[in-house]
Amino acid sequence: MATSPLAPFRNRLIFAACWLLWIAVQYQTLLEFQIDPAIALTDACLSNTLLAAMLALTIYILGLYRPQKKKYLFLLVWCLALSGLWAVIVKISLANLFDDQPDYLLFLAKSMPIRFDITFLVAGCAAITSMLWYSQEEQKQQESRKRYAEKLERDAELYKLRQQLQPHFLFNSLNSISALTVSQPEQARKMIQRLSEFLRGALKKEDQQWVTLADELQHLQLYLEMEQMRFGHRLSTEIVHDEKSPAFLLPPMLLQPLVENAIKFGLYDTTDHAVIRIKASVDRDLLTISVENPFDPATASPKQGAGFGLSSVQRRLYLLFARNDLLSASAENNTFLTILKIPRHDQGHPDR
Amino acid sequence: MIKAILIDDEPLSRSLIKEYLERYPEIRIVQECQDGFEGVKAIMQHQPRLIFLDIQMPKINGFEMLELIERPPAVIFITAFDEYAIRAFEQNAVDYLLKPFSQERFAKAIEKFMEHSGDPLSATATQPLLSAAALSPQQRERIVVKTGGKIKIIRVEDIHYLEAADDYVKIYTKEGSFLKNRTMAYFEDLLEKDQYVRTHRSFMVNIQQITRIEPYEKEGRLAVLKTGEKIPVSKSGYARLREVLDV
Repeated sequence: MATSPLAPFRNRLIFAACWLLWIAVQYQTLLEFQIDPAIALTDACLSNTLLAAMLALTIYILGLYRPQKKKYLFLLVWCLALSGLWAVIVKISLANLFDDQPDYLLFLAKSMPIRFDITFLVAGCAAITSMLWYSQEEQKQQESRKRYAEKLERDAELYKLRQQLQPHFLFNSLNSISALTVSQPEQARKMIQRLSEFLRGALKKEDQQWVTLADELQHLQLYLEMEQMRFGHRLSTEIVHDEKSPAFLLPPMLLQPLVENAIKFGLYDTTDHAVIRIKASVDRDLLTISVENPFDPATASPKQGAGFGLSSVQRRLYLLFARNDLLSASAENNTFLTILKIPRHDQGHPDR
Repeated sequence: MIKAILIDDEPLSRSLIKEYLERYPEIRIVQECQDGFEGVKAIMQHQPRLIFLDIQMPKINGFEMLELIERPPAVIFITAFDEYAIRAFEQNAVDYLLKPFSQERFAKAIEKFMEHSGDPLSATATQPLLSAAALSPQQRERIVVKTGGKIKIIRVEDIHYLEAADDYVKIYTKEGSFLKNRTMAYFEDLLEKDQYVRTHRSFMVNIQQITRIEPYEKEGRLAVLKTGEKIPVSKSGYARLREVLDV
């Protein structure tokens, strides 16, 4: 709900000042007509206090409900009704209060039309002003919502970009290149080429575009070769796949995080040589990829279960297939096994 | 001659530092280590004045390794991209090098070390660094202790309870107890408030382990653990327990 025009203290002050001013003006006017000062004061206070109360009510109601169409017609009808009601109440109460003053009663009856007109004008001004105020507030809120939504979108995009570029991996690779340049320039050049190819691949990838497993594995190979250069003898990898799987289509960037995870745990959870095994096979309409890495059950926290940084993959799978059973992780002895299943899509591009 | 130790799990990263160090014949790498375990041993054996320390390493990270050393030498950290680490370094480490770093940047770090190497503060400067450091996610899940000559990694959820013992805290698990040179306040900061409750000035208990609470003497109470062990609960400790257990 938009903030009421009467919410800021300054506006309340203005409202109150107008009310008092109007009382004073009316009092002065009535004196000009030779009305007794006591009666004039009562008259001015009563009519204007009632008017002020009715305007406050109008502002409040406009805060709750504003018609979308024909709003000025609505305001016109509203103000007419309000002024009419106001006139009736004023007339009856003043006539009752001063029923022993025939001169005043005559004056009251005569002045009623002009009183009604003035009230209608005042009420109209107040109603239109607050209507404008409310629409402006609404617009402000809409804008801030829009800005917020845009910011969220930007953040998500930045996050995605950062994920794609993997600064940690990038800086470590650059450091390895820096180390190689003097001692093994040939190797340094090779690594620069691999890194460039890897980055190009990562930047090219789109969320929606499905890729063949062959492409995905090739991309992965670049990554693994670079990691092998960094960690030397400690890391080795084995990739096995059957005949059908290379042509199978899968969403991009599902396999990469699994392998990164396997390397991370394989290398940082043990001090021994780590072998990462990746196997892919197709059974009817299901592609199964398993990733295996060593880990130490004594120190790795099993509580995280499929966790191990795999939750984002799980979420993506759910968004793509509305299934939660496509990713599973299990630990046996000193081996951590992650299994990813991808159902076949006839068109290959189910998102399009 | 200045004895130094190089601890980094990547061979290429080590070779780069050695290459940069060729310009400083007065600094000699007495040992190269691939992980924190080797690092602890090497530091005890050689008592170096300076270590080059990678943060992300197998098993225990650089911070955890430093925790195990009584009086750590001056440290130059080497890291690729660790926001939390950078925050901590800014104040206390001799220096930190962000990979990939240049010979000039490396020279600055060495210069900084040389300037401070005379004053006794350089060695102790590492200690406040460790307490000031925002803990890495890993350090919130586990505690690394030295027991005998071995290094033991205790998962936080395996802790039954903690007992203050002079300058140390005794950590009780199903495999026995281990000493860690930290205060109770440190653990109060570290451990999840809704899982570990300071029941007493000298005790902190994993609430998963409590089976019942029984009265003890006049005002006191005892928390009985699954293992049958009884832990003192003070009046204010009881209030904290009730709040966490929501009874």
